[in-house]
Amino acid sequence: MLSIENLHVSVEDTEIIKGLSLKINLGEVHAIMGRNGSGKSTLASVVMGHPDYEVTSGTIMFKGQPLEELEVYERARAGMFLSFQYPSSIPGVQVGTFLRKSVAAVRGEDAPSAREFRKELKAHMEALEMDKSFLSRYVNDGFSGGEKKRLEILQMLLLNPTLALLDETDSGLDIDALRVVSDGINSITPTAGCLLITHYQRLLDHVKPDFVHVMIDGKIVKTGGPELAAELESKGYDWLEE
Amino acid sequence: MSGEIARDVVGDYQYGFHDPENATIRFDKGLSEQVVIDISELKNEPKWMTDIRVKAYRRFMEMPMPTWGNCDMLNQIDFDAVTYFLRSSDKTEKDWDEVPDDIKNTFDRLGIPEAEQKWLGGVTAQYESEAVYHSIREDLEEQGVLFLDMDSGLKEYPEIVKQYFGTVIPASDNKFSALNTAVWSGGSFIYVPKGVHVEMPVQAYFRINAKNMGQFERTLIIADEGSSIHYVEGCTAPTYSTESLHSAVVELIAMKGAKIRYSTVQNWSANVYNLVTKRGVAHADATIEWVDGNIGSKLTMKYPAVLLKGEGAHAEVISVAYAGKGQHQDAGAKVHHLAPNTTSNILSKSISKNGGRSSYRGMLQVTPKAHGCRSKVVCDALMLDPDSQSDTYPTMEVGNSSADLEHEASVSKVSNDQLFYLMARGHSEEEAMGMIVNGFFEPFTRELPMEYAVELNRLLELEMEGAIG
Ligand SMILES: Nc1ncnc2c1ncn2[C@@H]1O[C@H](COP(=O)(O)OP(=O)(O)OP(=O)(O)O)[C@@H](O)[C@H]1O
Ligand SMILES: [Mg+2]
Repeated sequence: MLSIENLHVSVEDTEIIKGLSLKINLGEVHAIMGRNGSGKSTLASVVMGHPDYEVTSGTIMFKGQPLEELEVYERARAGMFLSFQYPSSIPGVQVGTFLRKSVAAVRGEDAPSAREFRKELKAHMEALEMDKSFLSRYVNDGFSGGEKKRLEILQMLLLNPTLALLDETDSGLDIDALRVVSDGINSITPTAGCLLITHYQRLLDHVKPDFVHVMIDGKIVKTGGPELAAELESKGYDWLEE
Repeated sequence: MSGEIARDVVGDYQYGFHDPENATIRFDKGLSEQVVIDISELKNEPKWMTDIRVKAYRRFMEMPMPTWGNCDMLNQIDFDAVTYFLRSSDKTEKDWDEVPDDIKNTFDRLGIPEAEQKWLGGVTAQYESEAVYHSIREDLEEQGVLFLDMDSGLKEYPEIVKQYFGTVIPASDNKFSALNTAVWSGGSFIYVPKGVHVEMPVQAYFRINAKNMGQFERTLIIADEGSSIHYVEGCTAPTYSTESLHSAVVELIAMKGAKIRYSTVQNWSANVYNLVTKRGVAHADATIEWVDGNIGSKLTMKYPAVLLKGEGAHAEVISVAYAGKGQHQDAGAKVHHLAPNTTSNILSKSISKNGGRSSYRGMLQVTPKAHGCRSKVVCDALMLDPDSQSDTYPTMEVGNSSADLEHEASVSKVSNDQLFYLMARGHSEEEAMGMIVNGFFEPFTRELPMEYAVELNRLLELEMEGAIG
């Protein structure tokens, strides 16, 4: 479904992704781990189409279509979802309104009626243990780190993507929140592909990855199964550098 | 729809249509003492009002143009090219069906009769120089609330008008208040008796239709002790290639413990000069609130003011300005703390886009004997592109050290990350901009009656369309 071939990405003439290939099929969970600054968020942003990043060579295909042809919002409407490492706040825009509009934009003709929407929303918020007072707050404005991450997952559940890119969604979550957020991720993975960017084994205890990739300096240097994450947890990254 | 839609509508301004000009009385262009006297005579005014007008005319002629603000634009005003009086209907109707068809259709298109049925306590619709329609709910009338157009107010309650007219804003206050005092016509006259609370807002709608028209409405609102009222005004005009002039004077008087809220969403077409003087006096424990939205016009100069005259009085000024291509919104607020323990809040938000310019001009005064005053001023500007401009001119005169004053100002841009975030949720760039802009104005919009809020949001979303490339 997602197929990245020999991708090179630069920002302001500095190359950050340096020849990266990755294939994700429907129903697969891929975890990417790697040091700070190795290019993980850049990869997620580029797949979603952030305008600051320039693809200098290589291709990204999504559902058989080259992504360069699609604007950011078209990628979202095509079923791609990015849970941001640092979600932006949008002052003055209420969460409830924002969610309703986003569901209408992304799901288009399949968008639920107002009543169904409220029902879905209520169910997901209960599952994520979010109080309904969130709906009248402004998007991410004054939210705690963990609250932001829950709102990201709430959006993911409502938008029902076929590819979810989750950038450090586990960071800043307390133990209970990690559990509810993981349940949320697990509820979509049977029918979606998922790319989990994380620093910690503990998320992978809840969400079982099919593949674990290690990213160093803009490249995937090693791929393995769940046991690789455990190995990294004990040994760090040094042993993987040439 | 029988009203013919004009072909010379410019751009996307959706209220830019005009009707044929079917004036029953139209004065020749230009201003003279005789024109002023003629207006007064035509209206059968008492001599004292004619005298006020003539004196004001002389003041207007003596006073120089302002030497601050956008002088380039101001000096382009050709006072001789303006039509100072135009009567389009011989009477003010109480029944929509009696209003001349062309005019009725215009107000139908603007949604006025619908709004009246749904949520208003009373309506005045002014077309060119005078009100063509007027109504007030019976229950308000029974409680003694007076809500008339200003011409009828002068006819029916001359003693009240004589007592208050020009007491808050004298003719000599500035060149444009002098002009208004000389040639005023239309506007609203409101008196709310002691202890009466008018729960539903009353609305005035001002429409300019003719080319080169000058509209000079004059509004006087008196809220007697312990009463309250919310007055809403809206304004639109056709888009012409030549300028029109709108120069209103609005005086508010809130007696002890009374509350007046005055909400405006000004959406004049981009050929209108909007030079307005608005000021209220708040007596002890009274509250005056200006909720002032400036979306349209070529040049707006307007600084709603409050004189906090009685102990414990409170002023609230919430304003937004949107300056698009070729527009200059020079707006702000003035609050004068003249009595002890008075408080004020000023929130000003502006957006500049496509080379538009918005300026905040503020005045905060605390007199030496006004002890224990509190004031907070917040000015936020949002720039949508590098060609646009925003500037602030705050002035403070503080006469004693017991005042607790806060001032915050910020200028921000829409960040790429905010846009990317919204676009990643399926919104096109225009939609994302629209959301950010509406969010920025939200502290203002939430103060408006819901119908106005929805309309304003829609308007701003339209402004964002086709604007990004
Ligand atoms: N817009 C940008 N402008 C300049 N440099 C950038 C930009 N975006 C990313 N970089 C640089 O690219 C490198 C990779 O950043 P990226 O955010 O992808 O790392 P990461 O692997 O997600 O790190 P972390 O684990 O800390 O989140 C860093 O050195 C970063 O400073
Ligand atoms: Mg990162």
